Amino acid sequence: MSPNPAELTSVVGGVGTSPHRPDAILKVRGEFAYASDLWHEDMIWGATLRSPHPHARIVSIDLSDALLVPGVHAVLTHEDVPGRNIYGLERADQPVLAEDVVRYQGEPVALVAADHPETALRAMKRIKVGYEVLTPVVDMESALGDTPLHPGGNLVRHVPIRRGDPDARAAVVVTGRYEVGMQDQAFLGPESGLAVPAEDGGVDLYVATQWLHVDQAQVATALGLPPALVRLTLSGVGGAFGGREDLSMQVHACLLALRTGKPTKMVYNREESFYGHVHRHPAVLHYEHGADRDGKLVHVKARIYLDGGAYASSTPAVVANAATLGVGPYVVDNVSIDAWGVYTNNPPCGAMRGFGAVQAAFAYESQMDRLAEALGMDPVDLRIANAMSEGSAMPTGQVVDSAAPVARLLELVRDKPLPPTGTDLLDLPGGVANTTHGEGVVRGVGYAVGIKNIGFSEGYDDYSTARVRLQVVGGEPVALAHTAACEVGQGLVTIVQQIVRTELGVTRVTVLPMDTSIGSAGSTSASRQTYVTGGAVRAACAAVKARLAELAAGRHVDDLAALLGDEVVDETAEWRHRPTEPIDPVTGQGNAHVQYGFAAHRAVVDVDVELGLVKVVELDCAQDVGRALNPQAVLGQIQGGTAQGLGLAVMEEIRTTGGVVRNPSFTDYLIPTALDMPPMRIDVLELADPNAPYGLRGVGEPPTISSTPAVVAAIRAATGRALNRVPVRPEHITSTERPRGAPA
Amino acid sequence: MDFLRPATLAEALALKAERPGAVPIAGGTDVMVELNFDHRRPDALLDLTGIAELRDWSAVPGAVRLGAGVPYRRVIDELGGRLPALATASRSVGSPQIRNRGTVGGNLGAASPAGDAHPVLLATGAVVEAVSTRGTRMIPATDFYLGVKRNALAPDELIAAVHVPETGAPQQFAKVGTRNAMVIAVCSFAIALHPATGRVGAALGSAAPTPRRATAAEDFLADELGAGDQWESPTPLPDSTRRRFGELVAAAASPVDDVRGTAAYRRHALSVLARRTLDWAWQGYTGRGRPCA
Ligand SMILES: Cc1cc2nc3c(=O)[nH]c(=O)nc-3n(C[C@H](O)[C@H](O)[C@H](O)COP(=O)(O)OP(=O)(O)OC[C@H]3O[C@@H](n4cnc5c(N)ncnc54)[C@H](O)[C@@H]3O)c2cc1C
Repeated sequence: MSPNPAELTSVVGGVGTSPHRPDAILKVRGEFAYASDLWHEDMIWGATLRSPHPHARIVSIDLSDALLVPGVHAVLTHEDVPGRNIYGLERADQPVLAEDVVRYQGEPVALVAADHPETALRAMKRIKVGYEVLTPVVDMESALGDTPLHPGGNLVRHVPIRRGDPDARAAVVVTGRYEVGMQDQAFLGPESGLAVPAEDGGVDLYVATQWLHVDQAQVATALGLPPALVRLTLSGVGGAFGGREDLSMQVHACLLALRTGKPTKMVYNREESFYGHVHRHPAVLHYEHGADRDGKLVHVKARIYLDGGAYASSTPAVVANAATLGVGPYVVDNVSIDAWGVYTNNPPCGAMRGFGAVQAAFAYESQMDRLAEALGMDPVDLRIANAMSEGSAMPTGQVVDSAAPVARLLELVRDKPLPPTGTDLLDLPGGVANTTHGEGVVRGVGYAVGIKNIGFSEGYDDYSTARVRLQVVGGEPVALAHTAACEVGQGLVTIVQQIVRTELGVTRVTVLPMDTSIGSAGSTSASRQTYVTGGAVRAACAAVKARLAELAAGRHVDDLAALLGDEVVDETAEWRHRPTEPIDPVTGQGNAHVQYGFAAHRAVVDVDVELGLVKVVELDCAQDVGRALNPQAVLGQIQGGTAQGLGLAVMEEIRTTGGVVRNPSFTDYLIPTALDMPPMRIDVLELADPNAPYGLRGVGEPPTISSTPAVVAAIRAATGRALNRVPVRPEHITSTERPRGAPA
Repeated sequence: MDFLRPATLAEALALKAERPGAVPIAGGTDVMVELNFDHRRPDALLDLTGIAELRDWSAVPGAVRLGAGVPYRRVIDELGGRLPALATASRSVGSPQIRNRGTVGGNLGAASPAGDAHPVLLATGAVVEAVSTRGTRMIPATDFYLGVKRNALAPDELIAAVHVPETGAPQQFAKVGTRNAMVIAVCSFAIALHPATGRVGAALGSAAPTPRRATAAEDFLADELGAGDQWESPTPLPDSTRRRFGELVAAAASPVDDVRGTAAYRRHALSVLARRTLDWAWQGYTGRGRPCA
């Protein structure tokens, strides 16, 4: 037997192919069980009473009327939290249930469990909470000097980056102030889960989440239980995009289940979902770019404010991304950036696809266009002239040590033929709503390129755990793979199967449900799971192969089933990417990131300049993915990420007034439809990263980053407007905005 | 909650007379949203989907009698030639699923200022056929919309049908939304030329507490067209006429600032829509453009 069966077998459905997802047919048929479909014969239903105020003191809570409602099993407040009533992803600052003060509209105050969801809702409405309403802090730029909302003040984190000469002067200087609105992940499956009390005093929680172990740790702390008594199993996840990294109903359902002794289910409806998860940080970004007359960048200075809302969530890491990636994929010798993440009474913001890099990219790419105009240069030429490449240094001093084909990506999107002008109503801005037959329609073309760190940064011990078991079933070798890595729709289950097939040469690979009975896989975020859990699965396979070599004991065995016999080979491996370093708190210097990903877009838009309506006609993308483990999944990520970036460019925003959300519904929080998202032509480069498993590069986030600025650049080209804010709304194009500060 | 399922219109009217609080449900695309969000908790739902009399349309002299329960899908497929503006409006409603279920009767029942059928019904001079055990009332669309989501139906009345004039003359509908499909109107507008009477119908949606006619714009345009003998020998309209018409339509609106758009934008967009739809309708009339969208 050769120690590497894969060398003998050319296995079907391995790495580099696009086999069917195991969940594909169920999902297409609508038969896939999502967390909202969880069911237990004896279950009761939980509901959450939330604060109507963005900022208020809680004066009193009267539960008596709610307890009188027939069918109610429990009504709980912060007094019923047995463990620590405070949690958080990176910093514990958020109560499980509010105590003396509420800091955002929608903050959980009390819980009800009842035998029917309607009963729970009715009882919930009978809880009387006395509030003393306080003035909300809502402006991110002045929050640091405003009423402190947390004991340490309103600064969550400040990240400075200092490189080169702070007083560098340039022949051509452009400045700008940019704003990014609050985008929502808008995943389709709302928050839901089922908590089942166990005989050992613990609890089993079935839940849709992105990171089982970080949930487990936080839930255990809040419940005052050892982590071993809090067991989590992933249930069907209907999208995540960062919005499930923080806790939503996890602790609440467990509290109710443990108190009542009954399995307790909680499902948010669409409106509650908008209050139940963090959003993308809104941002205000002030930039100055300086270049010499040939267009070579001399300096970049920036002040970046990110509104973290009421609680920290992952704001510290988002701030670091915005700062360290703040000049984009360009070589700049003199950089001075300050990024602040602040507390306000706006909705809490945290992880969302692109994570800090999105906000910065809108500003730096807008600046590159402005600079090109000031120089009289072509915007793509200017970008190529300053593009980083392998060996370039980041503003943190980190040298990019694998492929960084920024110029090539730009050339690829630039050199495609331009699409013809549409003639059908469906091709025009406004679509079938019949707003134009060509009147007022002007075409614009825009470009952007972006950079994203892949994986967790700044010295975080970023690892995953995988177990692979190999045995003969019915005469055939069969592999089982087990991890705690959350499948949230991206297709990791397929990737795990593909890796096992390739490594072990076994066709039949079953992926076990993800749960906490195995070690952590880390988060399904930061474009990292194929890299890190993929690495762990491959490492577990290597251990299995080593064991097979022992079994073979030097003999040559062709038949894996014969070699295995009754033997069960079962190996678990922990795998980590190469370490990163914290950045210097004063200069921002350090090897903070493990890998960088790049994508470029060209947007072609038709704008009805009289009505301010936009039709994105084409949105082509080029991206380097190192190695496409599953080429179809790669295209899916690029299309989905691009669509999300388009959404931020022209429609997606949670609008708030004084901290109050004005559009918590899919009626008024609009996401792109099939008529808004154009067909894409995609170029995938595979320039292997020697440090990563199979040479792969994280795929999920880069396309979200460059899509937004490319679309806005194209709208600017069509309209001649400055458009310093996303999303761009019709009133921005037609100068019919409400004046700043006018009453709502 | 009781779920009442009459098999005939007579049975439905008897039930409605007995229980005026029963909420009629046709496609349910408004009603179910209200129930799901707990905005409404009626004692009873009166399911109209089993009533054959409501499910069809027929040609009557000068008009189409459109049964209250005919879904948008059928308006699009079957009435594009007879009622072009209503078909255009129907095409812009929601998504395919909503168009399969949603009805013009339901749009009238809900009487939302943003309902897409309303500007067309107003501009074309449609008449609502309201029925009860007491008899039938013919309510002109102009008198039907009383306030935000309030209409002229009595508690015991149901909508049997709406009579939409079949004019054979150009008419247009246009709607601004902030995405290219499946969107509530930020504002909408319909125009219908009535060469037989020398009148023009013009009405707007989503820019006032109710859908409403722009009567000053209607009068202005009728005068302009009548004065120049344009109906008989049409010529291209002067810019001043087109612009003035747009201004008068915008002036007829009382829009608000909300998350969907600013008041200033709505007025501006209405003036643009009015001008463009007038151009298309007039081109259609003079035989040089498309007769309908
Ligand atoms: C996702 C979505 C998108 C939508 N998009 C649009 C859009 O783009 N444009 C638009 O205009 N609307 C839209 N709507 C709203 C809705 O689809 C329309 O108003 C539709 O016309 C309602 O018709 P229905 O048959 O479903 O009404 P139902 O929901 O059944 O009823 C609506 C109201 O009318 C009453 N009613 C129904 N039939 C009668 C009758 N015969 N007599 C008396 N009262 C009656 C009901 O009691 C209720 O008050 C949308 C709705 C959804 C859910």
